[in-house]
Amino acid sequence: MQTKPVIKLDVIHKVYHTGEVDVHAVRGVTLEIFPGEFVALMGASGSGKSTLMNMIGALDRPSSGNYLLDGIDVSTLDRDALADVRNEKIGFVFQGFNLLSRTSALENVEMPMLYKRQRIQAHAQLERAMHALELVGLGERADHHPNQLSGGQQQRVAIARALVNQPSLLLADEPTGNLDSQTSIEIMGVFQKLNDQGITIVMVTHELDIARYTRRNVILRDGNIVSDTMVANRLNAENELQQLRTAQQAVKLAS
Amino acid sequence: MRIFASLKIAGRALRRNKMRSLLTMLGIIIGVGAVIGSVSLTTGATKQVEDQVASLGENVITVFSGNFTSGAMRGGWGSAPTLTVEDARAIAQLPHVLAVSPEVRDRAQILANGLNWNTQVMGESPDYPQIVNRSIASGSMFSDQDVRSLAKSAIIGKTVVDQLFPGENPLGQTLRIRNIPFQIVGVLAPKGFNLFGQDQDDIVVVPYTSHMHRITTRTFVNSILVEASSDKTINQAQDEITDLLTTRHRSKEPDFTVRNQADLMDRVSASSRAMGFLLAGVAAVSLVVGGIGIMNIMLVSVTERTREIGIRMAVGARGADILVQFLIEAVTLSAIGGSIGIAGGMIFSWLIAFFKDWPTVTPSVWIVIAFISSTIVGVISGFYPAWKASKLDPIDALHYE
Repeated sequence: MQTKPVIKLDVIHKVYHTGEVDVHAVRGVTLEIFPGEFVALMGASGSGKSTLMNMIGALDRPSSGNYLLDGIDVSTLDRDALADVRNEKIGFVFQGFNLLSRTSALENVEMPMLYKRQRIQAHAQLERAMHALELVGLGERADHHPNQLSGGQQQRVAIARALVNQPSLLLADEPTGNLDSQTSIEIMGVFQKLNDQGITIVMVTHELDIARYTRRNVILRDGNIVSDTMVANRLNAENELQQLRTAQQAVKLAS
Repeated sequence: MRIFASLKIAGRALRRNKMRSLLTMLGIIIGVGAVIGSVSLTTGATKQVEDQVASLGENVITVFSGNFTSGAMRGGWGSAPTLTVEDARAIAQLPHVLAVSPEVRDRAQILANGLNWNTQVMGESPDYPQIVNRSIASGSMFSDQDVRSLAKSAIIGKTVVDQLFPGENPLGQTLRIRNIPFQIVGVLAPKGFNLFGQDQDDIVVVPYTSHMHRITTRTFVNSILVEASSDKTINQAQDEITDLLTTRHRSKEPDFTVRNQADLMDRVSASSRAMGFLLAGVAAVSLVVGGIGIMNIMLVSVTERTREIGIRMAVGARGADILVQFLIEAVTLSAIGGSIGIAGGMIFSWLIAFFKDWPTVTPSVWIVIAFISSTIVGVISGFYPAWKASKLDPIDALHYE
């Protein structure tokens, strides 16, 4: 690939100084992710994938090594600058959805725009939030509160929120961890659709079958990358859902 | 971060825990309400007193003769024979003096209509009603001619009318003071009790010359009432009177005392100032207590909403954004509490005014002070929790359970 990478990790180390023992969570990871990629970051707990994820998400800084995000050296930025990078370059999707309760879907989606350094007119803000909700298929539920939405719908709202500032990178931390298998496939379908539109996605997961919906799997163990492969037989969420429905139909007919 | 958006977030956070927000505000509400209520009551009372002082006459200077000392016996103000009618005439010539009345006072048993009554008999000049800000309800004031001719004319107050002429028109009737018949030429408009609880209508006024030569045999006056030309010249007039009398009396120590209405007013306002300090102290204490309540609840709120703070930071909120959000929340709490307190205090004072017939005035400056200080309390008590929130680590905050 000739284009500039979205993520360029160069011998990243992360050491936590907790108590007497230093924990070396990430030990020299070098990784490049290019625009339009859909990467699953995998590994058992303790493999350092969460730490790596935090650093990619500009929530944390590496102890050593360089991290270029969209050409910006994130490893040297201060707190405020990191906040701005998160606001403009990264969209987060969390395992626990992390929506604000008692706040409508629309307002949840609008939230990142409140913290943008360049102000957006109120009506433009509303328009963009509505557009993002329509993109994840929730246009008609804009005024619903999180407790009126199913888990899958809540995660869609979270995805819309992640997209609303048009980030360079969508970062998903176990996005299907709290969802049943069918809803998980639906959410993977949303990601695939967004990826097809050219959005770069990095997803942390420990579920192998979920990783098969992505294009590239990076496996970590003990703070190092042990495997980095392109997915050979990528699953298509549409097809899988179709099959699932047919199977359910069959069960219903049989009973 | 837009202020409007912050206010909306703050409003939502406060509505989420209505009962808690109300209880938190209660400290501020009660403090501000108590202050506004008591300020309204004392301001009303002070204003009433000031009105009464003003009703004693505007720009009035009173010259008392010194206290009389004979051997070991000491008389009160006005007892020493030092002020004369000539002094009064000289004072009348001063540039900033509008009117003068030499005053002679005596208590006497008076008879009329077969009834008798003990009252204050005053000798005054025809300028007396003007100086002390009183009007003649019926009849007329005696004239300068009456003063010159030692006329047996008298003006009486309403209490005297009620006691001696119940249900009758006293005008033209005869009144005997120390067995000397005086004709009633006028009745003073009623004025009620003064600041010191004296009945200002229990009074008979005669020309000072008649008083000094017919009722008593005096060559001195008890005091001299002087009206200065305006409130701006009153102090100058007072100084001139002092200089004039010092020269006239050629005394080393002043054998007279000069007081003006402004002195009395000063004393009234000094007491209301003292009351004001007391109230300010109460207000400060209650606002501090209210502020501690707000700080406490804001700390709880920050802990409860750690995850929300984490989410906001993850999507790009800077520490300052979080700080402002929580500050606005604290200020909203205290400002709403302050407003409710102001309204409550005013309603309370209106109720007092309505049911207890006590004049109450809520000075607008106190409303402003109350609102601003409750807002400041919000800023101060909200700052530490907000600062704490802004310093949270986004990763820890996100994973807070």
